[in-house]
Amino acid sequence: MQTNEKHIKEPLFHITKRTDISTLKAWIIRLIAILAALIVSGLVIVVITSYNPIEVYAKMIEGSFGSDRKFFILLQNTAMLLCVSLAVTPAFKMKFWNLGAEGQVLVGGLASAACMFYAKDSLPSWLLIIIMLITSVLSGIIWGVLPAVFKAIWRTNESLFTLMMNYVAIQLVAFFIMVWVPNGSSVMGVINQRSEAGWLPELFGQKYAINIIVVAVLTVIMFVYLHFSKQGYEISVVGESENTARYVGINVKKVIIRTMVISGAICGIAGFLLVSGTNHTVSKELAGGMGFTAIMVSWLAKFEPVMMIFTSMFIIFLQRGAGEIAMTLRLNESVSDIITGIIIFFIIGSEFFINYKINKRASHKEAK
Amino acid sequence: MKKILCAILAVVMVLSFAACGSKDTSSKGEAAKVLTIDEVEKTVAAKMEKVEKDDFKIGLICLHDENSTYDNNFIQALKEVQAELGLKDEQVLIKTNINEDDACYNAAAELVDKGCNIVFADSFGHESYMIQAAKEFKDVQFCHATGTRAQTELVSNYHNAFAAIYEGRYLAGVAAGMKLNEMIEKGEITADKAVIGYVGAFDYAEVVSGMTSFFLGARAICPSATMKVTYTSSWFDIAKEKESALNLINSGCVLISQHADSEGAPKACEEKGVPNVAYNISTIPMGPNTALISSKIDWSVYFKMIINTALEGGTIPTDYCGTMKEGAVKLTELNEKAAAEGTQAKIDEMKAKLESGEVKVFDTKTFTVDGKELTTYTADIVDAGDFVPDSEAIADGQFAESSKRSAPYFAIKYIDGISDL
Repeated sequence: MQTNEKHIKEPLFHITKRTDISTLKAWIIRLIAILAALIVSGLVIVVITSYNPIEVYAKMIEGSFGSDRKFFILLQNTAMLLCVSLAVTPAFKMKFWNLGAEGQVLVGGLASAACMFYAKDSLPSWLLIIIMLITSVLSGIIWGVLPAVFKAIWRTNESLFTLMMNYVAIQLVAFFIMVWVPNGSSVMGVINQRSEAGWLPELFGQKYAINIIVVAVLTVIMFVYLHFSKQGYEISVVGESENTARYVGINVKKVIIRTMVISGAICGIAGFLLVSGTNHTVSKELAGGMGFTAIMVSWLAKFEPVMMIFTSMFIIFLQRGAGEIAMTLRLNESVSDIITGIIIFFIIGSEFFINYKINKRASHKEAK
Repeated sequence: MKKILCAILAVVMVLSFAACGSKDTSSKGEAAKVLTIDEVEKTVAAKMEKVEKDDFKIGLICLHDENSTYDNNFIQALKEVQAELGLKDEQVLIKTNINEDDACYNAAAELVDKGCNIVFADSFGHESYMIQAAKEFKDVQFCHATGTRAQTELVSNYHNAFAAIYEGRYLAGVAAGMKLNEMIEKGEITADKAVIGYVGAFDYAEVVSGMTSFFLGARAICPSATMKVTYTSSWFDIAKEKESALNLINSGCVLISQHADSEGAPKACEEKGVPNVAYNISTIPMGPNTALISSKIDWSVYFKMIINTALEGGTIPTDYCGTMKEGAVKLTELNEKAAAEGTQAKIDEMKAKLESGEVKVFDTKTFTVDGKELTTYTADIVDAGDFVPDSEAIADGQFAESSKRSAPYFAIKYIDGISDL
């Protein structure tokens, strides 16, 4: 290689892969990216709205931390996004492209809502909640494991399959709302608003407390599972190379199916929490695109459950900030979507500089 | 271990189904008497203490943003009132893109935290969450458009509002009828081909009431008119609304109207050169050659009323229905370029007749259902979540729309002359 290069005309820049970048250096690059993103979006703000960008950023921060209520909403939304992200992570680590978290959450939520709707206050609330949890988890598993079985046995394309399962789930929700609410409005409304049957209770005076705690526990479990269990290791090996996995005696089919059972189950839990703990209703918008945002959360965090706490919170922070500036500055939310887009673009872009080094011709020669 | 778990699961499932089953039969066995709207206990609205103008704040919660004609209608009306009353931007807080779930409760609560005296939400699905907030924040008035439960919920600071939009739809129908007549006179179509296409969001009473009154207005002018309806199953879906309008046009509809909130249908009409009658806002900018006229609820009338109630002290009505007379129901500017000659005069004439009571929109003499005149109809006016019809809606020879409750309850799908695509 080295000898060849001497005879070939060298380009001004060339790119080499970094293998030994320190964590500190990686984080400095990321920080620079965020700063650059803030500067660029600041310019955009000035050009298209003529507001002071500092004021806009201050409002964004206020949107998440302006009051106790806002802070708990931030935590709650983060917890739900994190929950879905935890669900997709093992599958993605295995290079199983599960784009169906949206549908898996929806059927989970639908199952919970069905239990609440049919049981009403005929059961003790704790029993109803347990039944809801079980049915939601089972529904999530069914939605997750179907594409996995087809993939494992018949090598079908899991991205398409999981994606299409989303539409089936959406239509199922629409169908059941039509059955339950025959007035044609397609609005389920709060289920059991008077009896509050099947609602997760408040804890420490906080209605989202249980959601947040459940997801925190799930995060720890997922961290341990991926890093310290044999199954977690198998997932990594299958993700790196299925042939290697087969060679060392891992049953790849079993791992694929088992991992999607876990993925679907956690989505089911997310659906349950959204219905029982948060909304007390079901609608086509229950998952609200989280199934897809979760993919970004998971990738940005490099499939690290602990890092995902920060990436999911960051994305929710941007969303909440967007809503706040739309209200207080009367800017259309599209403006904040543009800002969010710029920031995420820079963060993803920074990964390039972490993984690769750009070498100038001159410095290259010196190095030799 | 796994087997034990499975066994437990199975037992729990069976128990749960058994439990559901038994509950169903017992609730059916009770067969409680269904109370009519006049018999149920009604909410008594709370009196509002006077608020100093500088301390006053109002919050508006919208399902979508300005891109939706429906939400834009609320936003523009509130901004208009803000300018007229000289309120500052910090006093008029508008939250957009708020889903019909817990996000609505949170939005309402955050607006209360910001110091709002009145919180208003614009979408039907916001209702449960507005009631939840109203129960929690007793000192704040919660107002909600298109809702059905304020009269009977017994929450004194919770209010519903809507308007007699069926009158506006009827007059918009008159413009459509004039256009159809013009087409027949010019020989573009024969009288039996005067088919209107209607893009509805859902087959919900608000939509059914609107399309029926629109159709009755058109047929009052063009007696041979018929109408075909198709639904998008969404309040806001540009692509679907456009596609639905094109489907209607391709199947022979010569004029389109819609009750869905995007510019999809008007734009499809402009492309195809088919006349369009719209709702919420004037669509002349989107369809300069085809947009005829729009009917709309002018929410500034209601906003002004509730804000003045707050500034002077007083009571917001529990269930308010704005009328055409007070300016709450309006027609937007007529597009002379596209409309038939004499349309404005005809509209003015019919409007005067509506106001004098000479013409009634849902006059039972003017339409039939399954070939028969409608002499009795029980509507679901008391919204107890049971979807059981409870109250007689036919009175004085007409379907008394919005007289017992502001939110429409004309849910007869369909009267003769209207059919599914």
